Amino acid sequence: MTLPSPPFLWPSMQTALSIALDALAYGMALFIICIGLSLTMGLMRVVNLAHGAFAMIGGYIASYAARDLALGYAFAITLAVLGTVLIAIPLERLLFRRIYDRSELSQVLMTIGITFCVIGITNYVFGPTLKTIPLPAELARPVDLGFRSIAGHRLFVIASGLVVAGGLWFLIERTGFGIRLRAAVENAPMARALGVRTELIYAASFALAIGLAAFGGVAGAEFLPIEPYYALRYMVTFLVVVSVGGAGSIGGALAACLLLGSIDITARYLMPEFGNFFFYLAVILVVCLFPRGLMGRAKA
Amino acid sequence: MSAVFSVERLSKSFGGLKVNHDISLSMAAGERLALIGPNGAGKTTFVNLVTGRIRPSRGAVSLGGEDMTAVSAVGRVRRGLVRTFQVTRLFSEMTPEEHMLLALLQRAGRATRILARFRGDATLRDEAADILATLGLTEVARRPVAEIAYGQQRLLEIAIAMAQRPKVLLLDEPAAGVPSSDTPLIERALERLPPELAVLMIEHDMDLVFRFAKRVIVLAAGEVIFQGLPGEVAQDEKVREAYLGSYAHAGR
Amino acid sequence: MTALGLKPDGAQARPLLRDLASIALIALAGASGYWLFPDNLSFLTRVISVALLVLSLDLVVGYCGIASLGQAALYGAGAYAAGIACLNGVTEPFLLILIGAAAGAVTGLMMGAVMLRAHGLPQLVLSIAIVQLLHEAANKLAWLTGGSDGLSGMLPAPLFGLFEFDLWGRAAYLFGLGLLIVTFALLRLLVRSPFGMVCRGLKEDPLRVSALGISAFPVLIRMFAISGAVAGMGGALGAIATQVVGLDSVSFELSANALVMLVLGGLGQLTGALIGTVVFMSIEHVIAAINPFHWMTLVGAILVAIVLFAPRGLSGTLDELARLLRREGRP
Repeated sequence: MTLPSPPFLWPSMQTALSIALDALAYGMALFIICIGLSLTMGLMRVVNLAHGAFAMIGGYIASYAARDLALGYAFAITLAVLGTVLIAIPLERLLFRRIYDRSELSQVLMTIGITFCVIGITNYVFGPTLKTIPLPAELARPVDLGFRSIAGHRLFVIASGLVVAGGLWFLIERTGFGIRLRAAVENAPMARALGVRTELIYAASFALAIGLAAFGGVAGAEFLPIEPYYALRYMVTFLVVVSVGGAGSIGGALAACLLLGSIDITARYLMPEFGNFFFYLAVILVVCLFPRGLMGRAKA
Repeated sequence: MSAVFSVERLSKSFGGLKVNHDISLSMAAGERLALIGPNGAGKTTFVNLVTGRIRPSRGAVSLGGEDMTAVSAVGRVRRGLVRTFQVTRLFSEMTPEEHMLLALLQRAGRATRILARFRGDATLRDEAADILATLGLTEVARRPVAEIAYGQQRLLEIAIAMAQRPKVLLLDEPAAGVPSSDTPLIERALERLPPELAVLMIEHDMDLVFRFAKRVIVLAAGEVIFQGLPGEVAQDEKVREAYLGSYAHAGR
Repeated sequence: MTALGLKPDGAQARPLLRDLASIALIALAGASGYWLFPDNLSFLTRVISVALLVLSLDLVVGYCGIASLGQAALYGAGAYAAGIACLNGVTEPFLLILIGAAAGAVTGLMMGAVMLRAHGLPQLVLSIAIVQLLHEAANKLAWLTGGSDGLSGMLPAPLFGLFEFDLWGRAAYLFGLGLLIVTFALLRLLVRSPFGMVCRGLKEDPLRVSALGISAFPVLIRMFAISGAVAGMGGALGAIATQVVGLDSVSFELSANALVMLVLGGLGQLTGALIGTVVFMSIEHVIAAINPFHWMTLVGAILVAIVLFAPRGLSGTLDELARLLRREGRP
């Protein structure tokens, strides 16, 4: 992340506002990426550390589409989401499906393995340099909010986060798909006996999670720049956010993203020389106080 | 009162649901008591309350006159309240002998010593061998538990409990999952329990209950609906109702 | 985690004899390393140093069933403690190792106290958060730790007052080998002690252990301290041998690599930790020199393959092969 690093000063009102807006946008970007992971972990009980790798793949596809092929931003996002899901489907069939009911340790190891492979291959194909995703003029401009102007892109990320949160809540709590998904999670044999095709449900939710990761990877690229180590660099951040929020809880993930996002951004603004110190301190405190996450659904 | 174990108005609600309501009972040393009840009567919750795995909403558990309500699950075991499990919980890669040694070492207060050899104490090894022999487990004493028959695993559960030398033993469905041909093995093991030990058995197998228990308590919908002799249980109206529902009336 | 558990060694094949055999094998392998690769002794010493870290991780993961991706916090604590002590005039190598062990043990106690508050995934996350926190702290406290430059210029006194820790690294290597053998022997006794058996029990079924009247927390926290001492010795050995301590010694990457090595070798057997470390670091030494990204791809593929095909790791798989062969051989 590239942020200004002034000497420590108590922030003025203006700085405080820009920190708050940045924190909100960053938290929302984190949320879009992490909510998919939270769902796979909370609902499907799979610790997918390769989640960040899929966000990164989305970023690469979007960068290729928007920068090298000069396609539109919206089109690039669509391509990124579809392309990433397309890459993920064979992986789900060949690898992930085999670890659904294995131990947590097995899941951690396999998905770290997949992450390493993705990093190695990405670097081989695209090289180690940073990939940018050019923004369209409408998003690059600042937007005047009346009390303060904000980069259009930030506004776009915040709005997207809200739409994703609302949409997911509706999908899981209010639709037939959501009912079947929850049934498959609660009691897979029973759900199967009732005619729910659990394999299909799992595949669909996996695809949904991956698609969101890809979208988040593209939308959040301003905060988390796309490069081969992305998958490993932010693996811990994503895992931490989900765990703090409580796997499977949309509200928890949102709360964790906003809380940890604000702590991260604020500490970087005010005390950049401490790096991630306060971020991880906050993580330890929150996990100790809420061992099941802020709003955990799955029992650990 | 000379009760070695007593439960006083023990209650537990989850949300608004009263899973256990005002359960009271007391046991004297050497007593053989059975707790029965239809599915969903709250037996599992009762076991969890008594062993200290969950906190009661109200009521008290006491052991030898000492109040246990604030004592942790481990603390209750150490004071002599021991349980077996409905589904065997054994260490699949350890042998029966090793299970026994763990229990015996713990009784001697040496189970977590670092500077000691696990099978270093000949007295404990002999005691382990004795108990295993009593229950007919000598032949499998040095095979990993994963390789021995389920009936033998159930016997090992009882053997471990004997090694712990409890004052009160809670047998949680000791015959569950055992093929009926092996039930006599379990029964014989239960007969070998020390006479001064107070045993509370939770069981479905009524034949076993009638042969083993001198007194029966029936739990239904979280409440005690009957306390008395085994012979009276089948005649009791409330019990018939609880088990047979409306058929009890239809049959008359 | 039971799939990655201990081998069912029903025959109880004279454990003492097996211990002596494995110790002899380690000594033999160590000695042949000394004669075969005299120009690579500093690399081999690093292998020993990391092997201590992986052994310490086996105590926590393999014997207690607590997954940790932050074990380097303990290793780094030992490395920095020994490094700082050495720069401040404490140069006796044995004393430096003890200082590393003590620092590791204290850090282990703290880490255990925090990690044991949670279970499962939150616990894993705590382990990561702790190592990252210490990493940032080591980076920030530059006056003490040298910050991102690390510590350098440690000059440990000659071993027994006779053998210099020189450029060839002979003294360091043999010192490390001796340390490894002694530690390994002690750990063998540890995992066979009543305490070790209780740990195995806790790994498989904590509820069963509590029904025996044994409290888990005091046992596990002691194991964290012991594990910390072993990892700390590894760190101190690294500091003495390479005479540098960098931020990488207290990193998530090193912790993750240690877990990979352990799983590669096989959990809960101590020998697996050694095999995994040697195999992993040897391949890394060759391939990473060619292209670090190819190495990453390879490690990834190895991990996936282990989970799919050999959940018991190399040593577990070898054991199974040996058992199969023995069975074939029987009439």
